[in-house]
Amino acid sequence: MTRFASDHTASPLIFEQGQDGRANRYVDEGAPLTDYLPKDVLRGHLPLPDNSELAVVRHFTRLSQRTFGIDVGFYPLGSCTMKYNPRVNDAMASLPALRDLHPYTPDELSQGALQIMWELERTFCSLFGMAAFSLNPSAGAHAELAALLIAKAYFKDRGETQRDKVIVPDTAHGTNPASAAMCGFKVISLKSDERGRVSVDELKKVLGPDTAVCMMTNPNTLGLFEDHIHEITQAVHEAGGLMYYDGANANALMGNARPGDMGFDLMHLNTHKTFTIPHGGGGAGHGPVGVAAHLVDFLPTPYVRSRKKTNGAAHADRAPSDQLEFWLDFDRPKSIGPMRSFWSNFAHCVRALAYIYANGAEGLTKVSQLAVLNANYIRVKVRDFLDTPYDEICRHEFVASAQELKKETGVRALDIAKALLDRGFMAPTMYFPLIVPECLMIEPTETESKETLDEFIGALREIVQAAKSDPEAIMAAPQYTVVGRLDETKAARQPDLRWRPATA
Amino acid sequence: MYTPHTERDIAQMLEAIGAASLEDLVKVPDAVKIREQLDIVPALAESDIVRRFEHFAKKNTGVSCVSFLGAGAYRHYAPPAIAALAMRGEFLTAYTPYQAEVSQGYLQAIYEWQTYICLLTGLDIANASVYDGATALAEAAIMSINANGRKKILVSRAIHPNYRAVLKTYCDGLDVTIDELPVAEDGTTDLSGIAARVAGKEYAAVAVQSPNFFGNVDTPDSQAQNAIRESGTVLIGVVAEALSLAALQTPASWGAEIVAGEAQSFGVAQAYGGPYVGFIASSKEHMRRIPGRLVGKTGDVHGNEAYVLTLQAREQHIRRERATSNICTNQAHCALIATIYLALMGKTGLRDAASANLKRSRELATRVSSVPGCTLQFDAPFFNEIVVNVHRPAREVLAELQKRGILGGVDLGRFYPEYADCILMAATELTSAADIETLAATLQEVVHDTVRV
Repeated sequence: MTRFASDHTASPLIFEQGQDGRANRYVDEGAPLTDYLPKDVLRGHLPLPDNSELAVVRHFTRLSQRTFGIDVGFYPLGSCTMKYNPRVNDAMASLPALRDLHPYTPDELSQGALQIMWELERTFCSLFGMAAFSLNPSAGAHAELAALLIAKAYFKDRGETQRDKVIVPDTAHGTNPASAAMCGFKVISLKSDERGRVSVDELKKVLGPDTAVCMMTNPNTLGLFEDHIHEITQAVHEAGGLMYYDGANANALMGNARPGDMGFDLMHLNTHKTFTIPHGGGGAGHGPVGVAAHLVDFLPTPYVRSRKKTNGAAHADRAPSDQLEFWLDFDRPKSIGPMRSFWSNFAHCVRALAYIYANGAEGLTKVSQLAVLNANYIRVKVRDFLDTPYDEICRHEFVASAQELKKETGVRALDIAKALLDRGFMAPTMYFPLIVPECLMIEPTETESKETLDEFIGALREIVQAAKSDPEAIMAAPQYTVVGRLDETKAARQPDLRWRPATA
Repeated sequence: MYTPHTERDIAQMLEAIGAASLEDLVKVPDAVKIREQLDIVPALAESDIVRRFEHFAKKNTGVSCVSFLGAGAYRHYAPPAIAALAMRGEFLTAYTPYQAEVSQGYLQAIYEWQTYICLLTGLDIANASVYDGATALAEAAIMSINANGRKKILVSRAIHPNYRAVLKTYCDGLDVTIDELPVAEDGTTDLSGIAARVAGKEYAAVAVQSPNFFGNVDTPDSQAQNAIRESGTVLIGVVAEALSLAALQTPASWGAEIVAGEAQSFGVAQAYGGPYVGFIASSKEHMRRIPGRLVGKTGDVHGNEAYVLTLQAREQHIRRERATSNICTNQAHCALIATIYLALMGKTGLRDAASANLKRSRELATRVSSVPGCTLQFDAPFFNEIVVNVHRPAREVLAELQKRGILGGVDLGRFYPEYADCILMAATELTSAADIETLAATLQEVVHDTVRV
């Protein structure tokens, strides 16, 4: 049994480690601040610790050793697409001329950055069948918000302000209804049918002149392809509504099917999922929002535009985009406006484009096929010992249920997840989607080898067997991690959200 | 493709699944099949990818200019130890720390970040981050709306124009109205009529930024603070240059109940605008309205001290349409970078950096205002940015400077028609005396040559 290395020493809070007089000299010693500003605008005490560089390096190295990332082990977190993050992407984002460019650098002196953004945008348009993308939003939820603001502005422009309902299937990500609420839309939850899909008949019952948007992800969070998608988008369009595609699951179909061809009007991508941007422990993400032709005018500002170079000589060995020049277009009267301080999470545009270059069209198409292969391989092995409620060919992920196991042994999905941690694996997403009891949502991604999948399947099988012979042991997991199960009730009832200096 | 599958693996796995081919696994109904050839750049070997991006990099000629650009994105010194630590794979490739038992390190780092933000702003609590300064302001406005149920926001015109624009984007969604406070002669917010404006109790919040967009210290006096507080209006303090927090009075001390800020200055690369890292700090009473992740300290079953994501009942994955915000992924890795920066700098390093910013910006102000035809627009105390009036269209002067390899600053006419002759210039600890001399000498030449229109 492999174990997560558990002997990593804790490091006290950085605030408990410092000593006055132990400062590092990164900038010259400065004159007293009162030389420059009146005393009444200056703060007194600055209660932060001074630590040696070595102490800081050890501290954060220890913290890193107490953190599980993809680089540490298999990370089958459903709906999160935790695939390998190629190092070349980070190296390219760290090229000084890309890393140190100021956002207000004039367009003519930022042509490389703009070209990267333009190429990325064009690629997304082709790959997902959209007319245009804005690279402005910072993450998936942020892009959902942008998309719904676009829908709201579109209906306002058409004089259809009575459209105030957003339809969200019960399998949707939690961000969908939350984003709808932030635009003042009312949310209608749609119950899935017994096949785990949106029922066209149920949908038709809630469609009407007040329908604004229907938000869907395809494949859905059960990992199932919505095979009636064509009828669904037709019905919503007939009712005068817009179709929104939640791109969290785009890794399942990239290059093999396109939201645009399915009839979606709006979509977002989680570039930090599908396009290998490191998730960094919870961001920064990157959430481009894509639209069909009738919605282009409403995209957030700025939008990267191109024109043929006026004096550029054609080089046979250069890419077509090298014959163009680029600019940031802020003058878009129908735009919903900007979603963030500056243009885009540009460093992530660099990473995503580097990944696209590594793959090309054929590679990206194969990526999603292998992601689906890996998910189905685990599914057919796992169904020998766990329930797989929707047992058919899935896409990039699938759900298993510990409901029967719980009845039989008392061991829950949560316990299985914690036992996996002991065995060196990240836990799958648990208790989501909400419609499957004791749910484990498993997404392996395409970058994992068959050997790794076999090890994971073996660990899961062994845990289920142990649950039957010695359930207490599984319910006591994890045993080999740096801490045991957390007292979450205490955390919420007596919130301790910061360190406080000892009162003098 | 970064995929490890051999042909044999694929064949065995397909057989186990009972599928004929990979294409079979991803089949879609005919009605929704891809209708055209994908138009995507050809695949390249890694060495050629590097060459391609070096080509892009070469076209960003702006990075080699002498630059006085600031306006919400600042060039500060970032010790190499930051990247060495932050780029460790365990941090870089972790997801949001849902599984606390194997995420203690990252959770502790976020707890330390929350603490740093509290200590810097003087407020009680801080969240794990939001996207950036502009979205922090928008989220802070939503907090205030949720606090008192009012549907209007009053903002200073001296707040970063991009922040105000983003606030408008969000407010359009919520059908919230924004009114503005004018800028006074000295380049600070004109708060003379504030008592009357808030007396009607129609504003959820008043927002001011300090240092403001023009670089000036801009805080309400005690009379204005009282009027705002007594009307039940939330005072939002905005901070776009976080390094100023090491020098200036804390926002808490000038009455801010919520602080919305941008921490890019703490070691985060300028990167043509992102990713950066927004923060929200607030007084205790707003704790359950704060958006996004919060890390709390608790214990484990064995009685060990441990950290965990907490108060999740506020969040979208639990509360769906009734959540305080839709934010899910935030800016954890940038917050980590900022935390490492703050740990390395310590109070001494931060004070020294702040002092160097004050010094260089004053040298800049003195030298530039000695150029005939250039005057300082405002006379309020400032941190590291100044507004220089060149008495002819700033756009033209900047274009001339640009031809000579200098990015002289931001054309204020882009945001304020009344300041079309003004340039916003920043100087940091990385601005050299020689840079300032080059700018001044060139400015002298350019302002002299630019024919007044």
